[in-house]
Amino acid sequence: MSDSEVVLQLNGVVKTFPGVRALDGVELEVRRGEVHCLLGQNGAGKSTLIKVLAGVHHADEGSLSWLGEPFAPATPQAAMRAGIATIYQELDLVDDLSVAENAFLGHEESRAGFLRRRSTSGRTREILARLGHPQIPPRRLVRSLPAAGKQIVSMARALSHDARLIVMDEPSAVLAHDEVENLFRIIHELTAQGIAVIYISHRLEEIREIGDRVTVLKDGRTTAANLSARDTPTRELVSRMTGRSIEYVFPPRVGRAEGEPLLRVEGLTREGEFADASLTVRAGEIVGIAGLVGSGRSELLETIFGARKADAGTVTVDGHPIRSIGSAVRHGIGMAPEERKSQALLLDEPTYRNMTLSSFSGYARSGFTDTGKERAAAERIADQLELRPRSVERAVRTLSGGNQQKVVVGRWLLDRTRLLLLDEPTRGVDVGARAELYEVIHNLAANGVGVLLVSSEVPEVLGLADRVLVMREGHLIHEAPAEEIDEATVLDLVMSGALMEGEAA
Amino acid sequence: MTQQTLTKVPGPAPKQRWWKGDGAEPVRRNLGLVGVLVVLIIIGAVTRPELYGDASWVTGNTWTILQQASAIGVVTVGMTFVIIGGGIDLSVGAIIAVAGVWSTTLATQSYGTAGMIFTAIVVGVVVGLINGVLISYGKLVPFIATLAMMVAARGLAAQISGKQTQVSADSTINGIASTKILGVPMLVIILALVVAAGWVLLNRTTFGRRTVAIGGNVEAARLAGINVRLHTVLLYALSGLCCGIAAIMLTSQATSAQAAMANLYELDAIAAAIIGGTLLSGGRGTIVGALFGVLVFSTITNLFAINNLSTEVQNMVKGGIIVAAVLVQQFRYRSLTQLLKR
Repeated sequence: MSDSEVVLQLNGVVKTFPGVRALDGVELEVRRGEVHCLLGQNGAGKSTLIKVLAGVHHADEGSLSWLGEPFAPATPQAAMRAGIATIYQELDLVDDLSVAENAFLGHEESRAGFLRRRSTSGRTREILARLGHPQIPPRRLVRSLPAAGKQIVSMARALSHDARLIVMDEPSAVLAHDEVENLFRIIHELTAQGIAVIYISHRLEEIREIGDRVTVLKDGRTTAANLSARDTPTRELVSRMTGRSIEYVFPPRVGRAEGEPLLRVEGLTREGEFADASLTVRAGEIVGIAGLVGSGRSELLETIFGARKADAGTVTVDGHPIRSIGSAVRHGIGMAPEERKSQALLLDEPTYRNMTLSSFSGYARSGFTDTGKERAAAERIADQLELRPRSVERAVRTLSGGNQQKVVVGRWLLDRTRLLLLDEPTRGVDVGARAELYEVIHNLAANGVGVLLVSSEVPEVLGLADRVLVMREGHLIHEAPAEEIDEATVLDLVMSGALMEGEAA
Repeated sequence: MTQQTLTKVPGPAPKQRWWKGDGAEPVRRNLGLVGVLVVLIIIGAVTRPELYGDASWVTGNTWTILQQASAIGVVTVGMTFVIIGGGIDLSVGAIIAVAGVWSTTLATQSYGTAGMIFTAIVVGVVVGLINGVLISYGKLVPFIATLAMMVAARGLAAQISGKQTQVSADSTINGIASTKILGVPMLVIILALVVAAGWVLLNRTTFGRRTVAIGGNVEAARLAGINVRLHTVLLYALSGLCCGIAAIMLTSQATSAQAAMANLYELDAIAAAIIGGTLLSGGRGTIVGALFGVLVFSTITNLFAINNLSTEVQNMVKGGIIVAAVLVQQFRYRSLTQLLKR
């Protein structure tokens, strides 16, 4: 396979959005009939990259060539016609149309405006047979199919376009174990027919099983290209993903938290997300949770905050039970959620109003807001956090990712929060602002605020936290003081769960 | 860096000039609507110069326009809050009908003026609360919940009134519409008070801040500890309260109430709020803009009336103005976001 022809070649592809350089020099080479895996953390640029290939986004710089020709699909239709089909994670099928209608959606077979239903069904049946699923009736409504069946319809759609390259975005995420085996069989059949597959997954074991070569993305850049999917050591893949490209500059840790736990979580469970999670955070202590996306860490944080209802277990702060966001905020818990823009900010409102979003009632007198006091308080925080630009009047939309994050953290500083939950605090934040945020977090702890931090960047967890918890597939599988655990150990635990499965946290 | 020279403890925020603060912002934002109003008045003056030559007629006609805008204006204030908060209330016309009819039954009238006003307002608030509870706690889409309420409340109004027009025998209620204070009609004063209260509520109180936060980003509001469900209930109750007030105003104007009163008020109120710059998706809007929206509509109605033109043409023009205003709004929003991208 190694000498087969190159069908897709990307060189130095750059794509910027306002404030973000989503792709910053991507190199990618895909050959005919291979399964090429794309590996990278969330936010590494995988989604943007496949949208460029699918004609949804257009590259700002760099070159794409497809079958030896320069390639710049203007629309998704153009990409389809050129032979590149994309199967998104959220399958884009119409539930109330039949299998055949979905397969040929957008390029229906017709004569004089009338659908040729019989020949469409026939062709769909052929394609389904090619996919090894002749038993799926073309006239069946897609709604009635299980997730695995829907995925096969998505693939049938790709083949109905005579796709020469199929991009699959985490296709296994919605599948059960035996269905994944079936997916792999289909992929093998496709590649045997000369079709190339770009396969995206977080699961290393899958990449080892199905992949031929691996390209690793980190911060929109290719950090390793064309590694062997089978033989490259896990450690190398992981280090390319988490990367040394970013300098982690951690301020020295001062003081050590002692005394009774401020936050006590016992046996917290949510079906299908995480189970029997127990942990404590002391005042002035930073506790970090390391884990992959999908390990249940964000869900755990949101449940502690009362934003999700627990199926079992308790959360208490100073002995007060926390059951809702209202009680969480009242007892001094604040949260900076994972998705800043959609979960935390009013993008068109001025900075100071975003900072006082949880506390503006406190500045009000008998229901009347006092924007003067709010501004002054926000100015104080802006100084403390070195917000840039310093103006608290600007719409938050205009700030950089790092400064938006400062606004969210600042909100809870204003609210005299005693315990701060941080979910991926440095995602989408540039290097300089990261260092500043680290310092902010340390200062918080030095002032007696307890911090519970979740990050997929292991060095960040190790560098910031006093105590590290490792989460894998919904379980806290390991706990250690930060100075007694190293990155390699954490990575092994995170990726394979190997060391001491079942050891109580 | 100049930031280094800034003191760490800033003094109180600098006093803002009123035309630079958020007080004048709605006026600047609504310059387009003010322009439309001026154009409409010029059209009136050109088509009926003999009327506009008479200063006392112009004054009287202006009061007429404002009086016609009064009840729908009050409803639009409530509607604006609901829309800014991310919802919609299709039931306002029907709520007015129930409140109007209930407050003019013989039984209610026997309790006198205060009893009638109390009834109209309580009925309005309670129906609004039901809307809010269905939406917040029943998790119904606002469109569906209030659509159902629109149908049901009209039915209830017809049931209560036995499909009869109920004449108000209360001279105080009936007198509201004809009373003037210092030359200003009472109905216009009520509108002014409601608009002023609405403006303060939206721009100066925690209630207003919560409304904007919920409409702008409901998840962010929730995670900031705002009680989104309770506030949503209150928003619909506020809309119901405005309907109760409007019911009394309309009853006074007609000296009667009936199940078909305030027909299609929901559409006028939504249209006025939207052309006044309120974002249908929530999070942004102004009371002053909504007032201008109402005034544009009642000025058009007046323009057609003084020219003896049919209401059919009038409705076509209204439709055109709604489309044009929203197109202008979108254009402005787009150019704004493009500016931000640079």
